[in-house]
Amino acid sequence: MSLQATTSQTVGPFFKIGLQWLYRDNLADEGVAGERVIVRGRVVDGDGIGVPDAIVEIWQANSQGKYAHPADTQDKPLEPGFLGYGRVPTDNQGAFRFTTIKPGAVPGPSGTEQAPHLVISVFMRGLLKRLTTRMYFPNDARNAADPILNLVGPARSATLIAKSGTDSLEWNVVLQGTNETVFFDLGL
Amino acid sequence: MNPVAGYRAPYPGTQPNHLHPPYVSSIKRAPSHRLVQVPYTLSEVTGPSFNPQIVSPAASDLTRQHKGEPLGERIVVSGRVLDENSRPLPNTLVEIWQANSAGRYQHEVDQHDAPLDPNFTGCGQAVTDSEGRYRFVTIRPGEYPWRNHYNAWRPAHIHFSIFGPAFATRLVTQMFFPGDPLLPFDPIFNCTADEKARNRLISVFDWESTIPSQALGYRFDIVLRGRDATPMEE
Repeated sequence: MSLQATTSQTVGPFFKIGLQWLYRDNLADEGVAGERVIVRGRVVDGDGIGVPDAIVEIWQANSQGKYAHPADTQDKPLEPGFLGYGRVPTDNQGAFRFTTIKPGAVPGPSGTEQAPHLVISVFMRGLLKRLTTRMYFPNDARNAADPILNLVGPARSATLIAKSGTDSLEWNVVLQGTNETVFFDLGL
Repeated sequence: MNPVAGYRAPYPGTQPNHLHPPYVSSIKRAPSHRLVQVPYTLSEVTGPSFNPQIVSPAASDLTRQHKGEPLGERIVVSGRVLDENSRPLPNTLVEIWQANSAGRYQHEVDQHDAPLDPNFTGCGQAVTDSEGRYRFVTIRPGEYPWRNHYNAWRPAHIHFSIFGPAFATRLVTQMFFPGDPLLPFDPIFNCTADEKARNRLISVFDWESTIPSQALGYRFDIVLRGRDATPMEE
């Protein structure tokens, strides 16, 4: 028998009471291998105004490019204590911030390799279902051959690549307009 | 590496679009560009799996989180988390949050003129058992006004957040109550074109989970996307 997936609904404005117990703005405790990075960004709406009631979820591989999940059958080591999951809300100005390690490259379709990236879900009041996107790392030569960035194409793929700041990476989620972030259709 | 088996696309009309103008806040927040179609990769078919011990058994009883008992009608909300192939999904995290019996959230942004209940926070967590079952004891939430349009009221609802086995299966939804007169007027409930899909968000009154002299039971089963049988090469 085939069932149909349950309809998505918005998180609404009051998700904090239900979701904050699992807020995690540091994905990698001290001692976890890999280059540590701080990511800062803002979620902005179609008027360029920061979205104060959004929540960003992060999923990523470890520094070897291995996901802590049974579907990842690569012969690569798991990192004890590294889950690869983060959840951060935006503040009154729409800003968010998290700390993690840069993941390794992971396999892509048809023998390709995917450049290091985070997969991201964004939920907020006003969104009836989540948006999914990716964050890639600046100045990484592997970006040029990444199958997903290449599919997106040069006109918009820059929205998926963070910019280097003095002590952190900057990556924004722009919901609408000329600099709109690329969001993916995963058949949600 | 061979192409990765992805997750099934929804049956047409069973999921909302991002832009749904009757829900006014979607207008400035829904993307204006077309979403970019990409193949599934290892990144989307994996996802966080939490140690069930991060949730204490007490976290599923929202009526016992404070010194006293919360006001309102005690209810049991239970059901199963399944995939589209009717397979139960064990060990998956379910998070809920809701208004109190007066229709007020324990949240600084909620300024609705209705009393807070010092004995009710309105959030709970559970991990599904080996047959995909979860169960919460809580208080029936109240309806409340919002500013979407003139005289707008949300029907009583409980927010649900579910992970499932992969990034691709993550779902946030809302559960409603049978017979709620506000349902036909709620732009959030009505955002989905398919009436049957919409109505599956309404819980079912359930004798089996009703506790004599204690609490009425409502059943709400949640279905997460099923995996494609064969990998697709685009």
